[in-house]
Amino acid sequence: MAALLEVRGVTKRFGGFQALSDVSLEVREGERFGLIGPNGSGKTTLINCISGALGTDGGTLVFRGKDITRLPAHQRTRLGICRSFQIPRPFTSMTVLENLCIPLEYAAHGQVPRSAVASEAMEILRLMGLDAKAQARPADLTGIDMRKLELARAMAAKPRLLISDEAMAGLSPAEVDAILPILFALNERGITIIMIEHIMRAVMRFSQRIAVLDAGEKIAEGTPEEVVSNKRVEKAYLGE
Amino acid sequence: MKKTVPLWVVLGVVVAAFLFTRLGGNRYIYFAGYFVLQYIVLATAWNVLGGYTGYVNFGTAAFFATGAYTALVLILAFKATLPVQIVAGALTAGLLGLGIGYLTLRLRGVFFSIATLALSVVLQTVVSNWEYVGGGKGLSIIRPKAPALFASHAEYLFVVMVLLAAASVALAWWVQNSRVGRGLAAIRDNEEAAECMGVPTLRLKLFATTLSGCLMGVAGTPFPYYVTLVEPGSVFSLDYAVNSLAMPMIGGTTTWVGPVIGAVLLGTAQQVATVTISSELNLLIVGIVLVAFVMLAPQGIVGLVQRLFHRRSR
Ligand SMILES: Nc1ncnc2c1ncn2[C@@H]1O[C@H](COP(=O)(O)OP(=O)(O)O)[C@@H](O)[C@H]1O
Ligand SMILES: [Mg+2]
Repeated sequence: MAALLEVRGVTKRFGGFQALSDVSLEVREGERFGLIGPNGSGKTTLINCISGALGTDGGTLVFRGKDITRLPAHQRTRLGICRSFQIPRPFTSMTVLENLCIPLEYAAHGQVPRSAVASEAMEILRLMGLDAKAQARPADLTGIDMRKLELARAMAAKPRLLISDEAMAGLSPAEVDAILPILFALNERGITIIMIEHIMRAVMRFSQRIAVLDAGEKIAEGTPEEVVSNKRVEKAYLGE
Repeated sequence: MKKTVPLWVVLGVVVAAFLFTRLGGNRYIYFAGYFVLQYIVLATAWNVLGGYTGYVNFGTAAFFATGAYTALVLILAFKATLPVQIVAGALTAGLLGLGIGYLTLRLRGVFFSIATLALSVVLQTVVSNWEYVGGGKGLSIIRPKAPALFASHAEYLFVVMVLLAAASVALAWWVQNSRVGRGLAAIRDNEEAAECMGVPTLRLKLFATTLSGCLMGVAGTPFPYYVTLVEPGSVFSLDYAVNSLAMPMIGGTTTWVGPVIGAVLLGTAQQVATVTISSELNLLIVGIVLVAFVMLAPQGIVGLVQRLFHRRSR
């Protein structure tokens, strides 16, 4: 399988604080990739660098063979990278349906005819099990529906690579079981997925390969079995 | 809705205004009417950036003055006609909006607002030291003869302002209902998420500052002929910044109709207060009404009406 996304030696500093040091990884077309690491290890920062929300201080990002290191975020989205936010950031003045129309009209501009935008948005809501809430405002959604909206909106951008940043944090096991099949279904449709998760059970079940970050460094990479049996990973999670 | 409908509405309104002037009537009506109409343009212009996009501009006077002084220079240099002044004022103020957008849009929230306020102060200082346009003391100009079909210049300016107001509102309506308008709303709601969903936020914000600046400038272009004494103190008056912000806030900032309602209500109230009490009270009235709305009805009059409807339909 060819690499869809290549992260080569990415470095990110906040003032004097080194948030990412020389992180490299490859995500293959169609893959389900897990990214784990203790709190504050730099997972969200790496996603911010990949999606373009943050600039990098070093290193290169290559997507579909194209250097995207200097591209603004909205252009990366148009190329096919879309992420959900760890803390949901809905468009608060819009209905759930209208939230999806923004990426359909912008990120997927030209892929979806204008007359089909609303029906396409409805289609995605149905897939996510949010269709009953189409006319609700984000403020009136429950926690799990808010997470679903985050994912649905990212889906509406028609990404090739979907990055889910802790979409399941704070959800009950039953709710996690409701979201996982959705991600599997998206992957079946050919979408490459990077899942960032704290809930080990979910990432282990979902991912074909996993990379582990600790204090801004990649300390391990491999199949879920390889990663759990890795000594450095154990140390990072459990301490000395 | 058919795309040409707003065009026909604008045309209809202007023709109606023209016919109204043929009825004659009290000069004061045109003077006061112009005042309210000018604020419909300013409030609508402010709202494109402040209401649709969420960037609060305190520098309305700078853009208004750019229009007014562009017109004045053209009068002094070429005796240019009003339509020429309007086009030129729209261009210079639009350019100023674009430039300010480039310089300041990386500043978010309150810092953007402070930068626009500073712009006003800087421009006023520059103009006050520019002798060609009268410096700090200002300059008196003489109105040319009113164009054919109009009994007086006051009536002419009134009809021109009706056209400008109707055109501005139609533009705001169009923006609100377009893909661009939905992109602006996404920026207002959450800029980072908007960018992530493919919205070219910088380009859209520049569009908003340019259009907003352009319309504010347009509102200022007929000003020299309206007052005939052009001096920095009145052109850069605090009233413009306060009113163009207060009117949309009172009417409601998320739709095109809010600024119109706010401008009509507050503009009329100020005219009445000027005649019956004193113009010194105007800002005080605006301040009190604004505070009341911010506390009791933050969504403005449009929001109040929507809530009423909602309750009834349930
Ligand atoms: N914008 C920022 N400015 C300064 N420090 C930041 C910023 N974003 C993240 N950090 C810091 O970088 C580190 C990694 O954070 P983050 O990437 O959010 O971790 P994770 O998602 O793995 O929990 C943390 O110590 C955090 O405090
Ligand atoms: Mg995180």
